[in-house]
Amino acid sequence: MLQLITFSTLNGVLYGMLLFMMASGLTLIFSMMGVLNFAHASFYMLGAYFGFEISRHIGFWPGFFVAPLLVGALGALVERFGLRRVHRLGHVSELLFTFGLAFVIVEVVQMVWGKLPVDYRVPPSLDFVAFRLFDTTYPAYRMFMLLTAIAMFAALFAVLTRTRVGLVIQAALTHPEAVAMLGHNVPGLFMLVFGAGAALAGLAGVIAGPALVTQPGMADLLGPILFVVIVVGGLGSLTGALVASLLIGIVQTFAVAMNGSLAEILGPDAPPLLGDLWQVTIAQLAPVIPYLLLVLVLIFRPTGLMGTRES
Amino acid sequence: MRTIAPWLALAFAFAAAPMIFSSGSALTTMSLMGVMIVFALSYNMLLGQTGLLSFGHAVYYGLGGFVAIHAMNAVINAKLGVPAIVIPLVGGLAGLGFGFLFGLVSTRRAGIVFSMISLGLGELVSSSSFILRSFFGGEEGVTTNRAKLAHFLGFRFVSQIEVYYLIAFWCFVCALAMYALTRTPFGRMCNAVRDNPERVEFIGYSPRMLRLIAFSFSAFFAGAAGGLAAIDFEIMNAQQLGAQQSSLVLLMAYVGGIGAFAGPIIGAIVITFLQISLSDVTSAWQLYFGLLFIGVVTWAPGGIAGLLALHRQALRQGEAWRLAPAYAMAAPALAACVVGAIMLIELGNRELALERSEGSAMRLFGFSVDSASLAPWVVAIFLLGVGLASMRRLWPGVESAWGTVNARLLEKAA
Repeated sequence: MLQLITFSTLNGVLYGMLLFMMASGLTLIFSMMGVLNFAHASFYMLGAYFGFEISRHIGFWPGFFVAPLLVGALGALVERFGLRRVHRLGHVSELLFTFGLAFVIVEVVQMVWGKLPVDYRVPPSLDFVAFRLFDTTYPAYRMFMLLTAIAMFAALFAVLTRTRVGLVIQAALTHPEAVAMLGHNVPGLFMLVFGAGAALAGLAGVIAGPALVTQPGMADLLGPILFVVIVVGGLGSLTGALVASLLIGIVQTFAVAMNGSLAEILGPDAPPLLGDLWQVTIAQLAPVIPYLLLVLVLIFRPTGLMGTRES
Repeated sequence: MRTIAPWLALAFAFAAAPMIFSSGSALTTMSLMGVMIVFALSYNMLLGQTGLLSFGHAVYYGLGGFVAIHAMNAVINAKLGVPAIVIPLVGGLAGLGFGFLFGLVSTRRAGIVFSMISLGLGELVSSSSFILRSFFGGEEGVTTNRAKLAHFLGFRFVSQIEVYYLIAFWCFVCALAMYALTRTPFGRMCNAVRDNPERVEFIGYSPRMLRLIAFSFSAFFAGAAGGLAAIDFEIMNAQQLGAQQSSLVLLMAYVGGIGAFAGPIIGAIVITFLQISLSDVTSAWQLYFGLLFIGVVTWAPGGIAGLLALHRQALRQGEAWRLAPAYAMAAPALAACVVGAIMLIELGNRELALERSEGSAMRLFGFSVDSASLAPWVVAIFLLGVGLASMRRLWPGVESAWGTVNARLLEKAA
């Protein structure tokens, strides 16, 4: 039991931090530009595929540094030549633009790398056992992922609170017009934030690719959960995104490890019409939990856990 | 007369279509189009008329379909004399029930929050479909046999032509009902909620209540479309209520044009046709859908119907000829862009995805080309480059021609 709790907590925190790497960019982009970026998870997928392609030719480490930069550059280009053009048509058009973009990216990825998962592996330099606890080993690569995510979190926090650009971004979150009037280049800032958000998602993809599966469906698997994270946390709140990421990460990881069902608790005789519900184990419910949480949060606390604004 | 004429034309088109396109595959396609028209129109009750952007509308289509198919099986097992023609109503009522239930949760707010809840509910229902197996039938879905239903005025609805007319009948009735709804005070209030919810509150209406009613109505028609699909396919599976189906209906409504009532009808016909015919021609057809969608969002936010309406006004006032020179100049450039882009996509698709299994020799616009050689790539890039460059130069001409036309139209109006 202790073993289960320790490892589930570790994995849950890891998954949560991975979610936060993407959710932070998504929520920053949303609160600055008002754009809910449907293609955000696609940037994560592109990060994984770029990392795979570079690791195949040069090695894992160059990919680790170059792939996020490539994805970030791509994100900046999308903002400059796509979103900015649609901007005058309103937020719904911007959202639909990114929706179409996500569709196109999946198709292009399938065209280039095929529909089957690619063989993106953990590099040999990180392929060893980090520690052994209660007769179970924990791979070093997971520790590396966790450290990367924490380092990124620290860096993001430092940039936002300690640098001039960070302060301008924070100001633009709440008062974009005032920031523009003070002479700051707000469109340039938008491009920067969009690019940086895409780069963060790309970094998440590069490190998650070898641990999870690098396949064309990975964006669709994660995308909806990201939206759950930022809505549950409160739209536009970075702290909220962190809390919601960890919450969803830990809850889902624990649920996967559990096997109880109503039949075990209340006996095997199901009331009529509820036969399916009786047999469902908590582990099977794991994919549903984030969405249940979303609905519950929106009913009882429409602004999200830490949010202050409603839309 | 001016409002009746299009409906008579539509009824006539529905009745006459099978006489012109009588092949089996054409009938199947047209049946699917009928289902999708109802579905897309129901979607536009939300997006176009009430300003609610939903990413989970297929939930009501799918649940309507599932309930309809279970109802068909129950009727068959109990040997009740219920004919197929009433089944879409069952689907519609199921859609209405679920729409009201989920609408209570999701219509409290409009805007992004509504979109996110609809996405979440969509994921919730489609991931539960793998848990509640006895209702959703797991991966293989639930099947039925429409031939075992009771007959109605001598029709058994077994052959595809009978099913087509059943769908056409319901499609016409639903379209008419949805159009009538837009003309009622309720329909006007929906538009008001879309444009300015604050003022709606000031004149004593609850925007939330209006959104909930619109949402329930929309779910009713989506459920009816699902019921029609259940009769047409005789099978329902979890894919029918998933994210892909929800995206498809958004694509149809938006490409057709959300600003006009007829937009989603056009969109459903065009997209269904493309879906069936493009997938025969190229394996990259979904990429074209994505690009088409981005193109419409960026350059023609009014969709096909918006473009048509724009030109119709100019035509009526006899001003359209002013556009002709600018259009004639821009058309070859646009064609070069499109052909160049298609060539690039097809060459890329061949070289990257199909080369290993099918070799690099291919046919492109009637020519035999080899995607491994340099020449077709050069031609494609040249066409696209020249096309884009000349579009940039010619577009101001088109814009100024439109400027003159609009000025003339304003003058005539005044």
